[in-house]
Amino acid sequence: MAARKTSAKSNHSAEELTSYYRDMLLIRRFEEKAGQLYGMGLIGGFCHLYIGQEAVVVGLEAAADEGDKRVTSYRDHGHMLACGMDPDGVMAELTGREGGYSKGKGGSMHMFSREKHFYGGHGIVGAQVPIGAGLAFADKYLENDRVTFTYFGDGAANQGQVYESFNMAALWKLPVVFVIENNQYAMGTAQARSTSSAEIYKRGEPFGIPGEVVDGMDVLAVKAAGETAVAHCRAGKGPYILEVKTYRYRGHSMSDPAKYRTREEVQKMRSERDPIEHVREMLISGKHATEDDLKAIDKEIKEVVNRSADFARDSAEPALDELWTDIYAEPGKEPA
Amino acid sequence: MATEILMPALSPTMEEGTLAKWLVKEGDSVSSGDIIAEIETDKATMEFEAVEEGILAKILVPEGSAGVAVNAPIALMVSEGENISEAELDEAHSQQPAPADKTLTSESAPAAAKAHPEPQAAPDRSPDWPEGTELRQQTVREALRDAMAEEMRRDGHVYLMGEEVAEYQGAYKISQGLLEEFGPKRVVDTPITEHGFTGLAVGAAFGGLKPIVEFMTFNFAMQAMDQIVNSAAKTLYMSGGQMGAPMVFRGPNGAAARVAAQHSQDFAAWYAHIPGLKVAMPYSASDAKGLLKSAIRDPNPVIFLENEILYGRSFDVPMLEDFTVPFGKARIWREGTDVTLVSFGIGMSYALEAAEKLAEDGIAAEVVDLRTLRPIDYATVIESVKKTNRCVTVEEGFPVGSIGNHLSARIMEEAFDWLDAPVLNCTGKDVPMPYAANLEKHALVTTDEVIAAVHKVCYR
Repeated sequence: MAARKTSAKSNHSAEELTSYYRDMLLIRRFEEKAGQLYGMGLIGGFCHLYIGQEAVVVGLEAAADEGDKRVTSYRDHGHMLACGMDPDGVMAELTGREGGYSKGKGGSMHMFSREKHFYGGHGIVGAQVPIGAGLAFADKYLENDRVTFTYFGDGAANQGQVYESFNMAALWKLPVVFVIENNQYAMGTAQARSTSSAEIYKRGEPFGIPGEVVDGMDVLAVKAAGETAVAHCRAGKGPYILEVKTYRYRGHSMSDPAKYRTREEVQKMRSERDPIEHVREMLISGKHATEDDLKAIDKEIKEVVNRSADFARDSAEPALDELWTDIYAEPGKEPA
Repeated sequence: MATEILMPALSPTMEEGTLAKWLVKEGDSVSSGDIIAEIETDKATMEFEAVEEGILAKILVPEGSAGVAVNAPIALMVSEGENISEAELDEAHSQQPAPADKTLTSESAPAAAKAHPEPQAAPDRSPDWPEGTELRQQTVREALRDAMAEEMRRDGHVYLMGEEVAEYQGAYKISQGLLEEFGPKRVVDTPITEHGFTGLAVGAAFGGLKPIVEFMTFNFAMQAMDQIVNSAAKTLYMSGGQMGAPMVFRGPNGAAARVAAQHSQDFAAWYAHIPGLKVAMPYSASDAKGLLKSAIRDPNPVIFLENEILYGRSFDVPMLEDFTVPFGKARIWREGTDVTLVSFGIGMSYALEAAEKLAEDGIAAEVVDLRTLRPIDYATVIESVKKTNRCVTVEEGFPVGSIGNHLSARIMEEAFDWLDAPVLNCTGKDVPMPYAANLEKHALVTTDEVIAAVHKVCYR
């Protein structure tokens, strides 16, 4: 791999590297399969793939503790898999089946798991940012020492409610990590065409929120930055901003012809900066794993993903009665 | 064993497309992620990537072919060193694309096509408080404050946030004394940032708290509409029942006095339109108190529409330890036999005044206060209309898509044969609220208009 300042020299264990490799590969293969099912008409509507950005969520999940919360936008499959949600349930939600996390009523962009503290899956650009601050508000109120990871993109970073949230989060010292996943394109608009200053992580400065830029193609760099941010929040010092530079290989959604960038640009990223290849190389060169070890993992992941696709295809469509359920919670029967 | 490559769906609406160009030829090796073809959809020309690695053994659909159905085989792939059999070729050519979705769609769709769930049972006519309960006069303002204070004492997860709710004691003095009793952790002054603090409160509700969000007026909640509708109201459904937003959005709604167009609008019909929200719009102090306590306990997002002009009015309030009013139960303020007046919120002032004057003319109007607009107590309205055979609705909001319009339709569905006259809707005028005193008076619904409507439906 060319010209990467790698953190591979540090003492990361074989176990740790292998788990990142596995988690990132799961997201990659899952998303490829989702793209395939979309092509077959089994997934409908909007479907935003996470391919290329895997190191962001895997690195940050490595910095999270049990009970920490996460909330993100509609490009959410990677976040769900990284926090341990079941690939079967995620894929079945994509196909709109009763075995999906939302019983088929949410779809790709609107999925949740109370068990895994995953609060969506939000379809309106930027809306998850005050919600993330609010989750942190609740944790501070409940004095439970938890941190919320609030993910949004470089496009959402131009929404006004992001700065309303920065202000309140700083004012009330809320334990929230604002993670800006800068994949350089807001749908089809390159950052330079939409964003007055390139350094989004500095946008917290006027509010007194520290920020740093992170190489989002390097899972170890992301994890290290995540640990700094989490420590800051848990120490009661308020919010922290991480601008994680990443890249999505696929279009904005499935119907994006991606004419706003060259094929060479995408290819260069793929061949020189791929986050999974990076870890793979560390595993091999550090003699933490053999080609055969990794092939076994590849096979295992492929099976998990194929199983999820089978489950998503075989799970029944929701019963028609489901149309009328979950509109209102019954008093006394609140969701846990 | 060859693998088929199928014509992909590349947009939410694509059913067929043009295979514009092959970027690989037979015999080429491809790996996952390689772009193998360009396909024109109904929206754009898209690149089509291989998802498996192998050798492109056979192109089944030549480039330039239009009208290629989604899921039709367009090429065959084999693994390295494998050959393709004649049988496989024949089979691929003869195959019709299986429409993946249609075969699975249930045939019993009409069963779910009912416009609304089951009609209600007989109306609940039980009194709001037991006979003989001691009453005292209280303003709507005091009743609202007491409701919040009582619920905050009862449940530590209930907190109040909004502009000027704490140190200023409320822009309209509804939260008077709450900061002193509950402290700044539970009575939170926010910056002027409606979109932000509404979204933040939704997140807090997801996170286990029960926020009361005060909008200084509901005009400013327009800035927060996305968070109210898309985040608070829909999440329970979108999560398959896993999490929702147990919270209250409250504040003055509708016209105040001489504050003109941007500060004078009744949003009742807007919020009542949204499944997932509950909507209350009380008129009296006892309803303000009893409904707000129910709203705070409700596990759903509740829009609680108050009125600045009513804040200072006094009504009887029962001296009960824990007085609540259920949602979806209308109150009959006055019984009558000649016409049903249906209203809610400040509209009740006009309806009651009109009924008083009509009685002098020998017309006995029954006056129904809906109290909540989601759910609506249709049963009480329908039963009353079946008795009086005439109905006039009264509200302050704009006429198009009003609550009155909705009730008219519902009455037509359920009591058409009982009607002796068309249902008439008295509403605010179809204009932005003017500033000039004389114009403002004419923009609002008036008691005289209600009386005129009643005369019209009574033909006398």
